[in-house]
Amino acid sequence: MSDETLSCQELVELVTEYLEETLPPDARARFEQHLSKCRGCHQYVEQMRVTIRLTGMLTEDALDSRARDTLLDAFRRWKQE
Amino acid sequence: MDEQDERRTADLQLLAALRAGDEAVFNALVEQLYSSMVRIAMIYTSSQAVAEDVVQETWIAVLRGLDRFEGRSSLKTWIFTILTNRAKTRAQREARYVPLELPDENESEPAVESERFTATHHWRVDAMPGNWEGVPEDRLLSGETQRLILEAIDALPPNQREVIRLRDIEDFTSADVCNILNISETNQRVLLHRARSKVRRALESYLSQ
Ligand SMILES: [Zn+2]
Repeated sequence: MSDETLSCQELVELVTEYLEETLPPDARARFEQHLSKCRGCHQYVEQMRVTIRLTGMLTEDALDSRARDTLLDAFRRWKQE
Repeated sequence: MDEQDERRTADLQLLAALRAGDEAVFNALVEQLYSSMVRIAMIYTSSQAVAEDVVQETWIAVLRGLDRFEGRSSLKTWIFTILTNRAKTRAQREARYVPLELPDENESEPAVESERFTATHHWRVDAMPGNWEGVPEDRLLSGETQRLILEAIDALPPNQREVIRLRDIEDFTSADVCNILNISETNQRVLLHRARSKVRRALESYLSQ
């Protein structure tokens, strides 16, 4: 592992690669080492995790029933083809 | 059985039911995917009505293509690939198709405003990200917060919007998104990074109020 250290400004640009687990091992080690020592970056990564979780919980609009009827008609026609 | 086998088995059962003309199964699948499909189509088309039309066309194409579906990707990925192709074709016909712009790596679009860092690139003491653990879950999940996130996503450039929707709302894997949008892993990741960074920023300024 190289002893080149990571600044906070560099770290925030690597968050997605870190969370996607696409960082090479040495870069990942540097990232984690920085995180363990830096409260600001630790909280930044936590904020990013919350952001992703909340985005994933957005509720779906209910399916408009008119569209459903049209599609069901299409399905019935398809069956007869 | 690993996850992929389970998905394949589930897809095969779904396919058999659809080919046999099972209406309940068809309705459930439409119900599950419909609003995501409209949202994705809207990225390319001029209006909700056109997007819904494209979604209708896509379902008809899906039904016609069921016998050709080989199961190399999941059924859901296959349906979304047909959808994005149809939406692009429709947009081209309407002469308003703007090709999905790939991220310019040189174009600087920092995740965090540079003013928040010191000259040595560390957080300024007065600009450090806050701790969200103290924010009540009710507030995080409130309708107001949801609207704020949706608005932040709607304000993104189309390419970033599409990637974050597919990845974080529709829960596709990065490999699926690359297939659906026909972009490289790297481009996918850059777009996702920019999109998530902006949504985080919007949440941060809202939650710190
Ligand atoms: Zn830091």
